[in-house]
Amino acid sequence: MSMDTSNITVTSGQSCMPPVQEGDTRMLLTGNHAVAYGAMLARPQVVPIYPITPQTPIAEKISDLQLSGEFDVDLMTAESEHSAMCACVTASLTGVRVFTATASQGLLLMHEMLHYAAGARAPIVMAEVNRTLGSPWGFWPDQSDSLSQRDTSWIQYYCESGQESLDTVIQAFKVAEQVNLPAMVVHEAFYISHALEPVVVPSQERVDRYLPPFNPEHRLDPLINESWGAVVNQDMYYRHRKELTESMALVAERSIQADAEYQELFGRSYGIIERYRMDDADLAIVGFGAMCGTSRVAVDALRAAGLQVGLLKIKLFNPFPTEHVRAAIAGIPKLMVIERNVSPGIGGVLAQTLKANLYGMKDAPTVHSYLAGVGGLNVPSRLIEELAKKAMADEPVAESLWQR
Amino acid sequence: MIDQLKYEIEEKPVFCSGHNACPGCGEALAIRYILNTMGSNTIAVIPPSCIAIISGHQPYSSMRIPTYQTTLEASAASATGMKRSLIRQGRGDVNILVIAGDGGTYDIGIQSLSGAAERNEDMVYVCLDNEGYMNTGSQKSGSTPYLASTSSTPGGKPTEKKDIAEIMAAHRVPYVATATIGYPDDLARKVAKARDMKGMRFIVCLTPCLAGWGIPDDAAVRVSRLAVETGFFPLYEVEDGEHYTINRGHTGLPVERYLETQRRFKHLDPDQIATLQGQVEHKWALLQARTKLECEPHPEYLTR
Ligand SMILES: Cc1ncc(C[n+]2csc(CCOP(=O)(O)OP(=O)(O)O)c2C)c(N)n1
Ligand code: SF4
Ligand SMILES: [Mg+2]
Repeated sequence: MSMDTSNITVTSGQSCMPPVQEGDTRMLLTGNHAVAYGAMLARPQVVPIYPITPQTPIAEKISDLQLSGEFDVDLMTAESEHSAMCACVTASLTGVRVFTATASQGLLLMHEMLHYAAGARAPIVMAEVNRTLGSPWGFWPDQSDSLSQRDTSWIQYYCESGQESLDTVIQAFKVAEQVNLPAMVVHEAFYISHALEPVVVPSQERVDRYLPPFNPEHRLDPLINESWGAVVNQDMYYRHRKELTESMALVAERSIQADAEYQELFGRSYGIIERYRMDDADLAIVGFGAMCGTSRVAVDALRAAGLQVGLLKIKLFNPFPTEHVRAAIAGIPKLMVIERNVSPGIGGVLAQTLKANLYGMKDAPTVHSYLAGVGGLNVPSRLIEELAKKAMADEPVAESLWQR
Repeated sequence: MIDQLKYEIEEKPVFCSGHNACPGCGEALAIRYILNTMGSNTIAVIPPSCIAIISGHQPYSSMRIPTYQTTLEASAASATGMKRSLIRQGRGDVNILVIAGDGGTYDIGIQSLSGAAERNEDMVYVCLDNEGYMNTGSQKSGSTPYLASTSSTPGGKPTEKKDIAEIMAAHRVPYVATATIGYPDDLARKVAKARDMKGMRFIVCLTPCLAGWGIPDDAAVRVSRLAVETGFFPLYEVEDGEHYTINRGHTGLPVERYLETQRRFKHLDPDQIATLQGQVEHKWALLQARTKLECEPHPEYLTR
């Protein structure tokens, strides 16, 4: 991957050979195994989990690390994802750090409890591996599962490499525990989850310095005698939701801060968005997840061909970092969103969300929305280059266009 | 009957007066004996049900212990997360108590309950069985008796009541018991016994509902006793899935004496009553047979 770092305003960690510091170990890991190491380093006390392809290597690796004695954790083999999430919520409310992981149907089965966890202000961190939703059955990378949970009040970070996912799991605990909201660390099936990459596993000592032990002020404990979940009146419900929204509004800044502290201690940083070769761009490609890597290659090719194209990677998707995105695209006349998901009736979820967040912006750019890679189809650099040229030539239309 | 223990009820002040139950509600009486026996070193998990209403609206509570109101199908899983978290913190002495309705136990909650039972999670799970979804307006549940009229089976329920005690016993959990408010000493003794054990302890407690059953507000205790005396709801215990003890049961009183007290059975004709009598006799005989099925443990088989 070629990188023109001069144009990156928010530094990217996506280099092929991440730097190693004293006490760190460089390992060849799949994205999912990297997540398992990230989880272990964050020292959760309870991990309720239920297997589903393509999340299973996370669960298996955690089991292995527990068996070998490296990971001191109560691994609860739940009988369903729904129950796993129920146990996550109560373990968290009773005062311990909690991690879990799921994908696809498992995430959908959790749906009711995702809302419940956020309402209960439980700072659970969950890895979510994007996979197509049935029916029909498929096992392919597709972001529709996590995006369909956008409105459950979970923080959502989208990652494009095993290293980023490992680092983000650790950062996510830091943010989640400050704002008392649960966080999802999302990466795509196979392209990330099963692909082997060199990954730096940071030293436990340094992660402990970064992430203090979880010690919530409010918890379920007979010595404290506080309760949670009883029926509220309209006024109290209004206040709960308003407070939740206010906490969500802190997430972008807290994430930036957590990332900056991470950079200081570990030498890697991602930002909540990333601008790649955006200066003087006539068109910015906007995307998230695995496609960002390919998009950088496409941007380099387009720039080499004399076209002023850049990439805006959205890492923090929920809460959507409106002001940061607006600042990043100021002066750029056209945006082109490519995404591996579809909400029939709406189109691409990133495009929809982006458009809503540009509303009222002075000199807002036009948005071209392309559904590429839905169902896990490969999206080569060549396709992204073609779409960029098409977007530069075409008038924008309201709907998302299917492309392959 | 076999185990007519004299048990002195010892009440600790956990459940308060001034709660939201209908005056005369069987569930409220059960909650009193359960909470006041469990004591204050307890966290209660409560799913949507009349129990949730009785426990109070935020910021009020009728219970002087922390309560966590969970979702309808999730009580056992919620209790699991709590207990495991407390154990990790060296606080395993805190009792985790589920108080759930029959809907939240027999039907929508049976998956999480079965999972927790299979893993022998450490909790006292009490099902307050009023044989219907009373909180939502007296619809039938898997626990509603055969032929009983409910708002979703106005002509009478066409299928039999699930046997939750047997379902739980089949998981070979350490303790399963049936109880009812008409025998508070028996109920309190069973709760105390469960409290002092480890692993999954399950008690199903019959709690007549005034509105759902169509009984007057002074009848819950009397009707609950009739349920036992007619053999409709015998009181018994099962340890490790196989050691049965019958505490109280069929006294030979015809089932009609029980049915005639309730509006939900008012529509029954003599043939239907005879069918129900036959069912009661059959199940009573089966239960008695189970108490005699004791066998020596195999030397190679380690029980929990
Ligand atoms: C998933 C879900 N479905 C439906 C409901 C609505 N609901 C609330 S309480 C209840 C019935 C509960 O019946 P039971 O457990 O027997 O308790 P009871 O009200 O009889 O005490 C139902 C269906 C709900 N809260 N959650
Ligand atoms: S509806 Fe029935 S169970 Fe509910 S509070 Fe009233 S009497 Fe009790
Ligand atoms: Mg009920």
